[in-house]
Amino acid sequence: MTSPDPVVWLAIVFAGVGTYALRASFLFLFERFGDVPDGVETALEMVPAAVLSALVVPAVVAPEGAIAVIGNGRVPAALVAAAVAWYTESILATILSGLVALIVLGAV
Amino acid sequence: MSRREDFIAGVRTTTPVMLGVIPFGLVAGAAAVGAGLSLLQAIALSVVVFAGASQLAMIELLGQDATLLVVVGTALIINSRLVMYSASLAPHFTSESRRWRGLMAYIMTDQAFALSVTRYAEGMDDVTRRRWYYLGTAAPLWVVWQICTVVGVAVGASVPGWLPLRFAVPLTFLALLVPAVQTRAHATAAVVGGGVATAGATIPYNLGLVLGALLGVAAGTLVARTASEPAGGVGPEEVGE
Repeated sequence: MTSPDPVVWLAIVFAGVGTYALRASFLFLFERFGDVPDGVETALEMVPAAVLSALVVPAVVAPEGAIAVIGNGRVPAALVAAAVAWYTESILATILSGLVALIVLGAV
Repeated sequence: MSRREDFIAGVRTTTPVMLGVIPFGLVAGAAAVGAGLSLLQAIALSVVVFAGASQLAMIELLGQDATLLVVVGTALIINSRLVMYSASLAPHFTSESRRWRGLMAYIMTDQAFALSVTRYAEGMDDVTRRRWYYLGTAAPLWVVWQICTVVGVAVGASVPGWLPLRFAVPLTFLALLVPAVQTRAHATAAVVGGGVATAGATIPYNLGLVLGALLGVAAGTLVARTASEPAGGVGPEEVGE
């Protein structure tokens, strides 16, 4: 089920204000605080890999909540797409190859 | 060079990047209607938040009736990388007015940051030139993103049932994930993040995702630190001004 309307709107407003604060942070505070501490910078560099993987892997391996590898077409389709992403670094090619693989595997 | 020329130079470098932004924006729009959001909500998300990966995650979570705290918390964790961009851009704009800085913050993206900082490193002395170059890289992405959202909403509503469009969302994340894994530390962050999130997929409120993200960052940071220590480590003397 989709979240109720007020939740959707509040999520948009809070995420929007929070994201703006993240973007504005050092552009406005640089004079006062100087550079980001090295430790924090290292952690921030890890954010994309950790978060994206936390989004991708469950959506592929456990689309219904429980881990399901056998008979789950998303697993081979994602492997095909990952290989395409590796070689092409193209978002479009990755999406298309993954979708085509899933459709073909579903038809087999 | 005039302001116009710097702006156009920025636009020119950002054009090839559009190829990746367009399908991403279309998916964001289509996924929003797919998850049950209205056209107005989909547009508001793109205008107010304007950060693709976090928008897609929010859409996925809202479609599963996740709580407000988890939706907003996940979006902010994903977008925390923007702090890094803000910090890299800041030294170039210390003499810029607050109004311009406010606008620059709003349209900040991975792409605009990367293209601008690369160009400044080659030498661009005047702050006004830097501003217009930045606006040239960032503004077209904003416009294209909004158009793609609307088109995505329209197209997404009429997708035939046999097309597994929902799968396009994790595929988009996958397309961003693969090039983000550059070092052993990144790989560790990805393995731990994905593993913990999967193991915790049944934890209520999608907290498995948040837990996976945090532990992934912690594990990656640990590996990065151990890897850099033999080369001298981080001395406390670097902290002071």
